[in-house]
Order: sequence, then C-alpha cells, then structure tokens
Amino acid sequence: MKTKIKAIALALALALGFGVLGSAVVASEVKSLRPTEASQPDAPPAIYKVMEGTKHDRAYRQQPPLVPHQTDKYEIDLKVNQCLRCHEWPYSDQEKAPKISDLHYLDRNGVRQDTVNGNRYFCKQCHVPQAEAKPLVENKFQPATLNTNLR
Amino acid sequence: MSNDNSAEGKGLLRGLWATLSKPTSKWSLGALLVVGFVGGVVFWGGFNTVLELTNTETFCLSCHEMEQNVYREYRGTIHDSNRSGVRATCPDCHVPRPWIYKIQRKIQASNEVWHKLLGTIDTREKFEAKRLELAKHEWARMKETDSRECRNCHNFSAFDLTRQQARARNRHAEAEQQGKTCIDCHKGIAHQLPAGAFKAERELNESLGSPPKP
Repeated sequence: MKTKIKAIALALALALGFGVLGSAVVASEVKSLRPTEASQPDAPPAIYKVMEGTKHDRAYRQQPPLVPHQTDKYEIDLKVNQCLRCHEWPYSDQEKAPKISDLHYLDRNGVRQDTVNGNRYFCKQCHVPQAEAKPLVENKFQPATLNTNLR
Repeated sequence: MSNDNSAEGKGLLRGLWATLSKPTSKWSLGALLVVGFVGGVVFWGGFNTVLELTNTETFCLSCHEMEQNVYREYRGTIHDSNRSGVRATCPDCHVPRPWIYKIQRKIQASNEVWHKLLGTIDTREKFEAKRLELAKHEWARMKETDSRECRNCHNFSAFDLTRQQARARNRHAEAEQQGKTCIDCHKGIAHQLPAGAFKAERELNESLGSPPKP
C-alpha cells in the first residue's frame, strides 16, 4: 500500500514538473497581435494634442458637431455642467459661443422643457474634441444618408 | 470667599503694575535693551516660523475635511501638476502674501478652527451642503482684492497674448479693457463647482457692481 502511494506521489510530482516545464516552453512561443511581446506590459499610448481654434466640418449629416477646444477640464456632474456656462442661452450671446440647439430641450415625449433635458445633459457623450492623430486603421464608414437631392 | 479672591487678584494686579511701572534700580539700561532686543528677535522669529508652518500644504491636509474634499479635487488640475512642475498649493491661493492681509486672514481663520471643533463640515454630505456658501466667500474675497493671490503669479501686464490660444487671447484682451478680475471667469479651476454656481456668479457680479458684459 505504502509503495503504491509513494509511486503515485512520484508520478504526480514528475507530471507536475513536466507540466511546468512544458508550459514554460509554450509561453515563450505565444505571439502577440500587439507590437509588444505577450509577456511584456503594453507600451504607453501616444500623446495627442487636441486641435484647438479650428472649426471642424461635419463628416456626415447626423454628426454631432466636434468641439474645437479641450473639454477635459470642464465639470459635468449633478451639481453643474460647465459647458452650459458658455453654450446655453443667454450665456451663448455674452460669450459669443455657439448656442446649443433647441432640440436638446425636448424630453422623451417631445415636450419642450426649460432646461436641457437629462437625455442630452452629458455633452461629452456626443460632442468630442478632435485630436491631431492619423487613423490607426482604415475607416470604412458610410453615412446613412447622402444629400443627393441638393437643390 | 469670592470677594476675598477678587480682592486678592486686584492686589496681585496692582503689585504687578507697580513693579512694571517702577524704574529699575538693579539692571542697567544697556542690559535691559540687549535682553529686550534679543528677546524680541527670538519672539518675532518664533512667531513668524509658526505662522509659516500653518502656511503649508501639509498643515492644511492635516484636517480630513481638507484632504478628503478640496484636496482630492485639486489633484490633477493645472495648479497641481503641469509641464513645468511649478505648483500653487493651498496657501498660495487662499492666504494673502502681504503681512497685514495675511494676519487679517489668519485671524478670520480662527473661525474655521472653531467650526472644525463643531464638526460643521466633517462629512462629505455636510461639506456638499455648505459648498456654495464656502465658495461664495472665496469668490467675494478674490473679487474684493482684484484677485490678489492669482496676481502673485499671473500678471495682466506680463501676458504675452500672442502666445495664447485665439480664444483666450480675445477674452483676455477684452477682460483687461473692461477692468475685469481673474475670478470673474476662472471659477472652479482647482475645485469642483457647487450646485447653483452660475446663479451665484450672476448675483455676485450684480452686487459688487462689475461692468456689464457686452
């Protein structure tokens, strides 16, 4: 009995040992799709600058206008929305900033409210600044509507 | 009993006053002057050293009210970390530099010690409830002094407008012409804004007679 147990323990130990060795061999052969080795930490992302002061054209009809300035310093939370400090009427007139469209005041039933509706409150979900960066992959986006009936 | 005590106290005070007002016959005037001068230097040095100790970020953060609210919001803002590594910490903005105004602010701040003991803002909820009031105090203080603490580093006359973004350039030139001060626009740059901040801003500008916007 004892010899049997010893034999099993030995076999297990050997198997585990080979397993570890085997997996070590495999790990070095894993190929990563990223430029860095699979066993290495990822390279830090490149730092891009936001394009400021240039008005961006819409790339397609439904595109939310891009923001021609940095947005990361502006607070949007339950307490305040700093975007509205310049882009909501009457501030938009004082600051000479583009006024947000009246569609942002409609609630889910289409009823016009006095304040920006909750479903449009988080500006940065749609309106983003443009970084000065080349696309990493080719863009095959097709707009849903082409304005072919221009008169 | 109490009468006796007060009488004794008066007697002591009288005795002390008599000692102080009597010219000394034991010490020379020179010795008195030297001791007085050295004592004065030591006292003044000690006073200012302790005063400056209360003017450090470490001292401010020794209260959890500061560390867990305003400091965490300040982390990562332009005054905390930036490309050149020049920092403006709590006292740089919140304590005046000129001695007389510094002492004035420090005396006012004894009220803050009192409220620390009362625990007026010792939880996040209490702090949030008080945030608008506290922010208004700072805005009013900055506006009354023409943003003195900002101008320790940022000077209108030292602005190189050509090196600013077009947007900033236009607004800064405009602000200088209209005699505006930093805090008129730059609110919530180091800490979160309170709810109702924009309404409070309008009220502040109207009450302190800021020139109307075009």
